Amino acid sequence: MTNLYGFIFQFIQLIMTLVLSPLLLGWINQCRYWLQNRQGPGVFQPYRQLVKLFCKDAVLADNASPLFRMTPYFLFACMCLAGTIVPVLATNLPFASVADVIVLVGIFALARVFLALAAMDIGTGFGNLGARREMMIGFLAEPALLMVLFTPAFISHSTALTTIVDTLSHTRFIIYPSMAFAMASYLMVLLAENSRIPVDNPSTHLELTMIHEAMLLEYSARHLALVEWASSIKLYDYFVIGFALFVPWGIASGNHLSSMLLAFLALFIKLAFAGFGLAIVETLSAKMRIFRVPEFLGTAFMLAVLGTLTHFLLEA
Amino acid sequence: MTDLKELNIELNPLPGAIPATFAQVNEETLRTTCRACQESGGRLVAIWGTDAYHQASQNRFTVHIALVFAQGLVCLSHPILNDPPSCTDLGDIFFPARRMQRALFDMMGIRFTAPDQRPWLRHGAWPETLFPLRKDSNESLFYQNTPDPYSFIQVTGEGVHEIAVGPVHAGTIEPGHFRFQVVGEKILRLEERLGYTHKGIEKRFESLEWAEGVKLAGRVSGDSTVAHGWAYVMAVENLCGHTAPIRSLWLRALALERERIANHLGDLGALGNDGGLAFGLSQFSRLKEDWIRTNDLIFGHRYLMDFIIPGGVNHDVAHAQTIQIQHEVQIIRKEVQHLKRIYDEHAGLQDRFLMTGRVLPDLATDLGMIGLAGRASGIAFDLRTQFPCTPYDALNVNMITHHNGDVAARVIVRFEEIFESLRLIELILAKLPQGDVRSDIPEPPSNSIGLGWIEGWRGEVFVAVHTDSRKKPLRIHVHDPSWQNWPAIEYAVMGNIVPDFPLINKSFNLSYSGHDL
Repeated sequence: MTNLYGFIFQFIQLIMTLVLSPLLLGWINQCRYWLQNRQGPGVFQPYRQLVKLFCKDAVLADNASPLFRMTPYFLFACMCLAGTIVPVLATNLPFASVADVIVLVGIFALARVFLALAAMDIGTGFGNLGARREMMIGFLAEPALLMVLFTPAFISHSTALTTIVDTLSHTRFIIYPSMAFAMASYLMVLLAENSRIPVDNPSTHLELTMIHEAMLLEYSARHLALVEWASSIKLYDYFVIGFALFVPWGIASGNHLSSMLLAFLALFIKLAFAGFGLAIVETLSAKMRIFRVPEFLGTAFMLAVLGTLTHFLLEA
Repeated sequence: MTDLKELNIELNPLPGAIPATFAQVNEETLRTTCRACQESGGRLVAIWGTDAYHQASQNRFTVHIALVFAQGLVCLSHPILNDPPSCTDLGDIFFPARRMQRALFDMMGIRFTAPDQRPWLRHGAWPETLFPLRKDSNESLFYQNTPDPYSFIQVTGEGVHEIAVGPVHAGTIEPGHFRFQVVGEKILRLEERLGYTHKGIEKRFESLEWAEGVKLAGRVSGDSTVAHGWAYVMAVENLCGHTAPIRSLWLRALALERERIANHLGDLGALGNDGGLAFGLSQFSRLKEDWIRTNDLIFGHRYLMDFIIPGGVNHDVAHAQTIQIQHEVQIIRKEVQHLKRIYDEHAGLQDRFLMTGRVLPDLATDLGMIGLAGRASGIAFDLRTQFPCTPYDALNVNMITHHNGDVAARVIVRFEEIFESLRLIELILAKLPQGDVRSDIPEPPSNSIGLGWIEGWRGEVFVAVHTDSRKKPLRIHVHDPSWQNWPAIEYAVMGNIVPDFPLINKSFNLSYSGHDL
């Protein structure tokens, strides 16, 4: 579908990515506060945070290179691009054919490399510390993520997300045991990649324990706003990729307005439930020691491999 | 234990609530006594100095050393006869003496013959040639803050690098600088630099009346206001040969145990939070908040400031209020038991706590650790058990110790001390004697010394009060237990990973303000 409607819906999907991602973060935080018997600032707090940061004047280190200034924009663009590739509302949107899941993993990797380089750019101890830890997590999480994506790719004989979603949701309903393994693995990768508890603690004030936050310590104002926004879009991206792979029902196959509305409603409900689920996981677990992370992600990788094997043994 | 009589010194008993003796020593007997103390299982409590400028005295400076023997506190006074003043190094006998000696040089200019001559409390805010605690220093002068090079000990080798943390941190905590030498995530060495909160408290004490002094003592370290306040008034009362009314002593103990519980509740929550379990923080914060609101209601201040005054306590506690406290104790006990079960059964949290930041009993003995952190490393010393003052002699305090010396052990000791303090509060309220709670203290004798020694929640707080020939304060030394335990953190983190440092540091939770004075 390369007609005008397609582009309009693609545009709507992009706007949704931008608008819904801070809301999702706000919702998760609010759920966490509720679970901790606290009131919380409400679901709109991330928007206020962004507005506040955009209104401030940026402070840059004297030795900041152009790379350091450029990275926030680059990160933001990467995450937005990823958000448009994933079929969120409909499967046949024009951008979806641009890239398949392997490119998607590549886009995330690219963003990670830029952020790590920017963190080391200023030369502070914490930036280096954070970048080093982030790369350690990255090189363990990426293979696991690829293996996760291979299982649905084998099922649908395609690495294109649209085909995967079409196969899984719009053909007759089949339960794939392999997908259960892939889903468990995906959840673990999601926690690690988005620096959530138990891998990282997004709300910590302890600079020595930080991973993701340590890389952002030198950023301020609009740069920080973009990086924070990009982080929330990344979380949103991971959620919608998860929906596309494991609960694709509701994603429209045509471009009828009614099915689009239904898709939007389905997305909203899925985000609300998944966000609450993440808040429960985060409330119940403590942050693990950093050298437990390889074990954690090793388990994720093993589960993903098991998923692929199960597919060949039971389903092929 | 060496018998004090075998030591070749003349001991004069100091009257008061704690068993204490006093002796004049020369350099040789100072060293032999310290050596005997160390070999008999005793340890160093504090080192301070006095300046007798303007006073009719042969020597100007005197170094005072407080030691613990099995029989009690021994305070040695060593007159310094040489000029410029110098004294023999005790850092080879007592490990914690090293920083106290450096601080004493910064403040009073008495040089110890120690290998480490770097400044400790002086950060370039005043010149090297000025010693603020000397009587002839002019405190009204202002000095330009000069940059202050401080040589940290470097570790060299392939892959070793340095991380500098603080004094400004990402959270709102007190300032301290930590210099790590690491390989990857592994800590090879940590060096602390403290002194950023130096406020000149000891100098200020000298110009205050006794009743004002206790307010200042209560603000040395805000979380131990009862312990510092009580140690101060105990020193003053011992000096004057005065005993406060019995009911006021029991009420002081009530306040001290309430302070202990409030701090332990706060720390347990913070330890959960540093382990990534925010649930723990919110639950314990709630309990602590309820607890200190009751403080506010009954004692007039959330953190119990200014409740203790020389000669008694500020006001009485009514019978209805004791019933309210008893009721609250039962609620808190039940809630803390519940939370302890959650902490104990949380695999992720226990994985963070166990074997992290270990100080084994042998090392703890060598380092001279004290207080809560000491007891978690097998150092069986609690003033309330060993040398109980009134009312602790009637309460039979159970000392809580653990031998593992890791973060988990410090958590367990905190939990158990909460339960023990709750029991003590119930006991105190049941046995609370009737009577006055205030009395007037007599004028102190001239050229005299009084000592105060109280087991606060962090460890033993020690206060020494000297009077001059006009019966005014000559010198008041306040010693926070953090002096002994700060160096232990440097050893506790060795071989641990960098992200575990905040957790280890929190498990000690030492005072910056009380140390920097």
